[in-house]
Amino acid sequence: MSVTQSEAAAGGPGLFGTQEVSAGTPHVVGRVEEVPPGEGRAFVVDGVQVAVFRLRDGSLHATQAACPHAGGPLADGQTDLDVLVCPLHLYTFRWTDGTSPGGAASLRVYPVHEESGQLVVTV
Amino acid sequence: MTAVLGGRPEGVSTLHFAMDEADGIDTRQRLVVIGNGMAGARVVEEVLERGGGDQFAITVFGEEPHGNYNRIMLSHVLAGEEHEDDIVLNSHDWYADNGVVLRAGVRVVRIDTHAKVVHAADGTTAPYDQLVIATGSRSFVPPMTGLYQAEEQLIPGVFGFRTIDDTRAMLAAAAEHDKAVVVGGGLLGLEAARALQGHGLAVEVVHAGTHLMNQQLGAEAGAILAKSVEALGIVVHLATRTTEVIGPDRVRGVVLADGRAIDADMLVLAAGIRPVTEVALMSGIEVERGVVVDDQLRTDDPDVYAVGECAQHRGELYGLVAPVWEQARVLADLLTGTDPDAEYHGSRTATKLKVAGVDVATMGISRPERDSDEFLVISEPKRGVHLSVVVRDDKLIGATLLGDTRKVAYLTQAFDRGTPLPEERIKLLVDLSDGAAEVGVAELPHDSQVCNCNGVTKGAICEAVAGGCGSVGAVMDKTRAGKGCGSCKGLVKQVVEWAADGDVVEDPAASWYVPGIPMAKPELMAAIRERGLLSPSAVFAALAPGGAEDAKSKMGLTSLLRMIWGKDAVQENDAKFINDRVHGNIQRDGTFSVVPQIKGGVTTPAQLRKIADVAEKYEVPMVKITGGQRIDLLGVRKEDLPAMWNDLGMPSGYAYGKSFRTVKTCVGSDFCRFGLGDSTQLGIDLETRFQGIESPAKMKMAVVGCPRNCAEAYVKDVGVVAVGNGKWEVYVGGAAGASIRKGDLLATVDSPEAVMELSGRFMQYYRENANWLERTYDFVPRIGLEKIKAVLLEDSEGICAELDANMQQSIDAYTDPWGQDGKAPATPGQFRTALPLVELPLVPVR
Repeated sequence: MSVTQSEAAAGGPGLFGTQEVSAGTPHVVGRVEEVPPGEGRAFVVDGVQVAVFRLRDGSLHATQAACPHAGGPLADGQTDLDVLVCPLHLYTFRWTDGTSPGGAASLRVYPVHEESGQLVVTV
Repeated sequence: MTAVLGGRPEGVSTLHFAMDEADGIDTRQRLVVIGNGMAGARVVEEVLERGGGDQFAITVFGEEPHGNYNRIMLSHVLAGEEHEDDIVLNSHDWYADNGVVLRAGVRVVRIDTHAKVVHAADGTTAPYDQLVIATGSRSFVPPMTGLYQAEEQLIPGVFGFRTIDDTRAMLAAAAEHDKAVVVGGGLLGLEAARALQGHGLAVEVVHAGTHLMNQQLGAEAGAILAKSVEALGIVVHLATRTTEVIGPDRVRGVVLADGRAIDADMLVLAAGIRPVTEVALMSGIEVERGVVVDDQLRTDDPDVYAVGECAQHRGELYGLVAPVWEQARVLADLLTGTDPDAEYHGSRTATKLKVAGVDVATMGISRPERDSDEFLVISEPKRGVHLSVVVRDDKLIGATLLGDTRKVAYLTQAFDRGTPLPEERIKLLVDLSDGAAEVGVAELPHDSQVCNCNGVTKGAICEAVAGGCGSVGAVMDKTRAGKGCGSCKGLVKQVVEWAADGDVVEDPAASWYVPGIPMAKPELMAAIRERGLLSPSAVFAALAPGGAEDAKSKMGLTSLLRMIWGKDAVQENDAKFINDRVHGNIQRDGTFSVVPQIKGGVTTPAQLRKIADVAEKYEVPMVKITGGQRIDLLGVRKEDLPAMWNDLGMPSGYAYGKSFRTVKTCVGSDFCRFGLGDSTQLGIDLETRFQGIESPAKMKMAVVGCPRNCAEAYVKDVGVVAVGNGKWEVYVGGAAGASIRKGDLLATVDSPEAVMELSGRFMQYYRENANWLERTYDFVPRIGLEKIKAVLLEDSEGICAELDANMQQSIDAYTDPWGQDGKAPATPGQFRTALPLVELPLVPVR
């Protein structure tokens, strides 16, 4: 059993390959304080698991929750202002467009912003 | 035969619009390069690479009509192994495409340094702002009678060996002739001899020196080489000169100084090279043997530079390509302003080549020069092998490898970097460790895997180098080689150096403790102490370029700060790797492993019962006995960790950290009938004392009660062996992971207390001096056992008390992370799942 397959079955980002995605709908997933500075936390947003990160400069980012390389839990990864590092094999991904300098497949990134202390993710 | 090498197909012409024609003004400076050989063209390449195309309008004069080609490969063209088209480095098109004006086939006769104008033989001129002289060298023509016909023309049948035209002429002649004499038994002469012999000619080599390749080899090695060359059927005449050419219309033979005459219809002059300095000389620029330049490769005229074989730097002339490329880099840094302080400080030349079918590698000096120099020679004339090294003050200053160059990568590194040498000097030349033949990098098959973790082959590394990766770091980033367990890093480096043929940029980052902060560890530690930086974010803000944090540096900094400040270090969870955030080892599906502390591998029925209960309660997919004599509960969900720890009631075994891990023991004197010391108790005491200590990489220990080594103490970072009469041996730097190394005996001590003290002192020295992720098996050989002994046993640096105190500070800062975070999370959601829609564990349940 591979991690990526089962994730697709569980309604993860793998589904996007086969499903038309429109502009998306904003969803409140929690409060900003739930994501400690520099770390990530995973949320389920409208049936999709999303990793939300609050960087040390306060900026927010959201990506698919499982690494496209081998399904690693990205919310457990390390961050700086440029990249996210997956904890399993240390592939890096750019916040700007989800691409990987190390050559892994690209990450899906989702719009995320703060509204009066609430985290709002658009999927 | 007169085709222009790297030329443009006939009929193609370039319309070159100079910028002043296009829009009236070209504000760029004019850079003129005299010489289109390997040095001149390389300077242009390096300048363009630094964006110099926008700064400079570049003009290159080349005396030959050809594009730029690889002169080193001419002997291969002569041997018929390469086609001449394959040695083209930059074709005429390349110059046109890069906006560089190539004046091929145009010789420069004079520089007017006052008017800053270059005068060419065809009457044209070229003004310059900056000028580079790269006129190279020409074949030395030794004096002999009958060599010239009228007007200083060499008589037919005499050849130099310097240019593609020389090579073409020799190839044409070789097809028609039977017998050749080569003057010169150096590298070039022997290559010419071997190549001509391959075309069916009988070849004799006349060499003025007393042994072949006397520039690079000592007399014994030269004698062995002569035997190998003669075994190929090439006749060698030593210590004599060619005094006369028998002619007069064409070459019919030569006469030697001792009166002997040799029939020949070809005469090849390969008796060395001389720098071409006429242009500089005629223009009033200072010339000694070559054009004299300073450390910025500047001649005595501030706008005129010289590089390559024509340049004389600090009294040295260089005839090898690696120094020339170094010079080109420095000059390009200066010209473009990329590094206005760039300096060239000379090169330590090392070369590896195949001459007449024999592998030869030389570096530095070939013979001892001082009484105190160490000189080690292995001579096997029968096999054609001669190996020697010269060591001065524990540094390799010279090596000669003839007939067997397997150790060349290792020796080159020791020579270039001054890395510590093995105590037993013979290990420099012969691998004594396990009798297994060490395969040299050159002999590795293309498809052999270098990095097993990421499946990177030698071929992939070579491709990355060919694709422009100029440093080991760049190759590692590109291919991921060496980025798994890291044990192959040395080999990756060797392959890169081999593939780049010595043209490797020293990675500045290689000496940094972490990639995001440009400081070596001692410097970084001093800065952290001096400025009182307590957290990773404070370190980034104060010391990183632009204050930018770097994800891949965070873990190393967290460890370093804990080591420096102990409990005063400010913890930042985002600066920790996930293992250290949740105190477990992450598994492939995102679950974790739980390894409770079982000191010295000694447990109790009550502990086992508790572990069994917990394993059942949390449906742990696998329970496994570890190699470190503990019990591993694998496949645990992150959110279950605190409750499991609470139910276990045992402290963390630190099986996940870059830290002190475990102490394996044997059953020692209590039970074993061979036991000489109470290894079990000592192991438990060591683990109690050093539990959880952070370190640059993991530290594994073992204590055994006798030299039977049942708990493998000889291959641990620190291993302790009872040898009887109350004595214990302490070994350091052992490994039995991806690398296998027997530890070095640090000392034999009298008591368990002394073991504890010395182990702690060694570990603290390692913690303070090792690079991030550098295991002790690399650290100990890097520092050198003698040095470590002097520091730790004789207190040669007066730091033992400080080391002991610093270690004690870390010991005092220990808290059990399970007991602490289990009760109150360090950050909100510390143990929340990171894959909420994936039902973990995915690992198979056994």
